[in-house]
Order: sequence, then structure tokens, then C-alpha cells
Amino acid sequence: MGPYIIRRVLQALFILFIITGVCWTLTRLSSDPLAQYGGRQGVSAADRQALVHRLGLDQPLPVQYVTWLGLVLHGDLGDSFFSHQPVALLLSQRLPMTIVLMFTAEFFIVILALFLGIIAAVKQYSLIDNVITSFSFVGYSMPIFFIALGLMQIFAVQFKAWHLPYFPTGADIWKFTDPTALAWHLVLPVSCLVIIQVAGYSRFLRSSILEVLGLDYIRTARAKGLVERVVLYRHALRNAALPFITILGLDIPFLLGGALVTETIFAWPGMGRLFWEYAQRGDYPVVNGVLLVTSTAVVFFTIVVDVAYTMIDPRIRLG
Amino acid sequence: MSEATADQFSGAPASLPVPQTAYRPLTPSELVWRRFRKHRLAVAGTVGILLLLAFILVGSVVVPEGNANHGNLRERLLLPSAQHWFGTDSTGRDVFSRIIYGGQVSLFIGVSAVLLEVSLGTIVGGLAAYYGGWLDALLMRFTEAMLAIPSLFLLIVLAKFIGNNIPTINLFGRTFSGSVGVVIVVIGGTSWMYLARIVRANVLSIKEMDFVSASRALGSGNGRIFFTHLVPNTLGVIIVSTTLGLANAILTEAYVSFLGLGVQPPTATWGNMMDDAQTFILQGIWWMWVFPSLFIVFTILCINLMGDGLRDAFDPRHRI
Repeated sequence: MGPYIIRRVLQALFILFIITGVCWTLTRLSSDPLAQYGGRQGVSAADRQALVHRLGLDQPLPVQYVTWLGLVLHGDLGDSFFSHQPVALLLSQRLPMTIVLMFTAEFFIVILALFLGIIAAVKQYSLIDNVITSFSFVGYSMPIFFIALGLMQIFAVQFKAWHLPYFPTGADIWKFTDPTALAWHLVLPVSCLVIIQVAGYSRFLRSSILEVLGLDYIRTARAKGLVERVVLYRHALRNAALPFITILGLDIPFLLGGALVTETIFAWPGMGRLFWEYAQRGDYPVVNGVLLVTSTAVVFFTIVVDVAYTMIDPRIRLG
Repeated sequence: MSEATADQFSGAPASLPVPQTAYRPLTPSELVWRRFRKHRLAVAGTVGILLLLAFILVGSVVVPEGNANHGNLRERLLLPSAQHWFGTDSTGRDVFSRIIYGGQVSLFIGVSAVLLEVSLGTIVGGLAAYYGGWLDALLMRFTEAMLAIPSLFLLIVLAKFIGNNIPTINLFGRTFSGSVGVVIVVIGGTSWMYLARIVRANVLSIKEMDFVSASRALGSGNGRIFFTHLVPNTLGVIIVSTTLGLANAILTEAYVSFLGLGVQPPTATWGNMMDDAQTFILQGIWWMWVFPSLFIVFTILCINLMGDGLRDAFDPRHRI
């Protein structure tokens, strides 16, 4: 186990090195930091020279990259060109908002996906299975903004027109002191994420439960007279849920990156929207900060999931 | 061709009538076709796609392009009516016409991006599996690195890098924004990773199979093994990934255009029609986003159904 983990961590560091290299180069070359730096006031030629020198932009690109990487390794992600705030501060403001949004969504996603997946598998080819399967197929084929705009149209525009209590579509609230307001603002974006994700997950769970239900040990369990409920939840679900847990584990770190489109549509001040706002301005310290946080999470969660998997499933041996 | 070889092997004289009807074993491609045909949803998906293609092609003959790309400002934001079936948008352009012409661009982008994706994925996966060693390690680490970045983030970074300042292109007597090319490169360049891994895994496992060893023992060279064994056996996987990838590419085009990074106006795509519509949603202008969305969902749904059917059809363990 020890050497395996060490090898994986070394690989992960190499992968992160590639990621930062590619992303930094692409973002650095596609932006003009000085154009962002001055804001609306013009910058004089002398100031421009001084700025270029101070930011180290007159150095060759590889030197700039190594300088940036060195600072990052010391925990300094740099300052935003646009707002002049430290990137770490911006990230720490946005991360909690993303965590609240994504983990609320994930909670409902897991419960609903398990519920629908189990029903569809147990009642295979029945009316309810067909309904669930068709819905998941349609949901799976939908762009998330369709659902977002649809929810907005119904629950914000129409409800307002009908003088019903309508849901807010924007949330430019930085510190939610009032939990009710927070919950109220969460409803639409969370539903949006839940609809999209449940579609994929419930399809996946259904097929993995069906696969397990066809195995010999399930027949044995039934043959020895166990109640169907015990067969289903204690024997079948445990094994069927394994691949599902893996997928969840691999998806969770991506949640830290936030749901860019959902956050943008509902003006949710999370990481996805932070990335989008600053990417549009070519503010590459912030962009690289978000990319670094997310991809580090992804790479290390992958290792955690792989190792955890061998502990849950004794059939798997580490290679 | 298969019958000719069968004759050669059985050595039957040409004068004897060979019964054509029964007992001839089906070729793998016939088996695939038979399994696909029995998959009712997959056939429905295929019919749906054909109908959509017909609509888009016949539509562009009936409806002049001017309706789609040049608006009449006096007819802004009109409700769907007999004259404008799907209403008009914020600059008075007919939504119905834009769906026809936008659909052509969206599908063109989807198909081109998938071709790029498949080429990149097959080359990277094939090279890694075929040569192994440090090249394999390097290519796979690079693939994993690209997979670790959320796809939309990677897409935005690449789109920003390639930029939007590209001249317009004249093709078939119509003017396209050069951003069409950018979008194709961006989508293809950020989606090849899964395919590369699938192709690599597939080639690796086939390389070790007994029939390949047998062929090698019979004296086949690398080239013959590659083209008669590795390629046909990987083709099924590639075709299935291509189909599902097409759905994904069209969806991604919609996302990219929705974010305003995609194809620039006045060229319509289903995605950038949605981007326009977003501004007007709170005023209740529903027809601007409902119609393009429905077309996107319908297209993706049909392609996914087709892809699922193909996946089952190419799986030899799946018997019908």
C-alpha cells in the first residue's frame, strides 16, 4: 500500500505540473495584463514601463512561469489585475458559497438518484420504470440552461404574474446572515443541478442494480428464504452501490469548481462565476488560482477514491 | 466478397447451385445491423435525426437566408403568429428561420468537432497503446491532466486563447463568422481525452488476444495485424463514442455560444439564440429560448438513443 500511494502522489504532482504549465501558458498568452491594470484611467508610457517591470512582464515567458510557480509553492497565488485583491482572498470568499450550493444539491441528488434507481430496477419494465427511464433519458439530453431558464420562467416570471410567492433568480448577497433568505435563494439553482444530475445517476444505478440482481449469490439469498427487502438492501444494494460511490467520489472535487452556467444564470457568487467573470477580463492570476484549486482537488480525490475502493471491495488488489 | 471466399474454401464447382437462402453465417456487420434494427428506441432516434436533417435542408430551400440573419426592427419581439411561426427575436429576426439556419451551423460544428475529437483521441490512444513505454506514460499523464480540469473551464481557457478576432468566411454563397472554426477547434480539442483512454485500453487488450498471436504465428506483419485485427475490432468502440460524442459536441456548442464565446452574430446557432434570449427572459419573452432549446433537446435525445442502440449492437455479448 505504501509504495503504491507514494507512486500515485508523485504521478499526481507531475500531472499538476502539466496542468499549471498548460493553463498558465494559455491564459498568459491570451491576456494583456496592462489593459486590465489601469482600469478606466489611461496609463502613461512611463507608468506602463514601471508596471511592466514591477510585474516582471519584461522577463522571458519561461522565467515568468517559474516565478509564478515558485510563489504558488510558497502559498502566494498573486493579486488580481482587475480588483487588486489577493487571489487567495477572492477564493476564500467564493469557496463557501460554492460549497453551500453544491453540497445541498449533492445531498438531494444522492437521495433522489438512489430512490429512483432502486424503484426503476426493482420494477423493471413496469409503467413506473418506463416513466423514470424516459425522464432520465430526456433530462440527460438537456442543456442545464434550458432547465434553468424554464424554472425561471415558471417560478419567477409566471409566479410573479400570478401574484404567488415567487422565487428569487439572483443572489448578490455576500454574507447570508439570514438562513431563510439563503434557503430561499438556493431553491432554483439547486433544483436545476438536481434535475440534471439525477437523470444520469439514476440511469447508472438502475443498470448496476439490475446487473447485480442477476448474479448467483442473489439467487442463493432468495433460495434460502430471505425476505426480498433483505435481499435487496443488504445483499444487492451494497454491491450495486460500489461503482456509484466511486463515481460520486470522482465527481465531488469537480463540485468545488462550481457549476459555471448555473452560478452565472442565477448570479450565485461561487467559484464557477468567479472563474467566468475573471476569465472574461483575462485576469490570469485569478483564473489560474481557480484552476489550481479545482484540479488539485480532482487529482488527490482520485487517489483517495482508488485507495478507499480497495478497502471497501476486497476483490480489488492494488497494482 | 464473403461469398466468393466461402466458395474458394468449400471448393464447390461453379455449376452446382449454391443455396443462397439459409445457413450462411452472418458477418459481424450484418449481426450489428440486425441487433440495431431490433432496438426500437434506437431506430426511433435514427428516424428522428433523419426528419431533423430533412427539416433543416428542405427548410433552407423554402425559407430565404435573409429572414434568418437580417431583422426588421419594426417587428421586434413579436409573439408566435401565422406570419412568424416561432415569433421574432430582439432585432426582429424570424425565430423559425433562425432555427433552420442555426441548426445547419450547429450540426456542422457538431460533426466537425467530433471528427477532430475522434482523430485526436484515436491518434493519442493508438500511439500510447502501440508504442508503450515512456511515450505511453507521457501521453496518458497529459490525458489525465486535461481530464482533471473541469471541461467548461478548459473550454473557456482555450476559447480565450484562440480568440474571436477571425475574419468571416464565404462558403456556398453564404457568409459565416470565422468563429465557427474556432468553436470546432475548441470543442474537438477539449473532448478527445475519454476516447483516447478507451482506444488505448481497447488496443492494449486486443493486442494480447489469442487470435492476434495466432495471426502473428501465421506470419502476419505489424501492418496486417494493425489493419485486419486492431482497427476493425476497435471500430465499434470508436463508432459508439463518435455517436455519443456528437450529442456532446452539439450540447457543448450550445454551452459555449450561450456563454457568448461561441459563434458570433449574425450567424445563428441554436446556442447563441439562447444567449440572446437570456437577456429577455425576465420580460417573459419565452419563445426566444423555448424553440431553440426544444430543438437542441430533440437532437441530443435522438442521437443518444441511436448511440445506446449502437453500443448494444456492437456488443457481441448482447444477444437478441
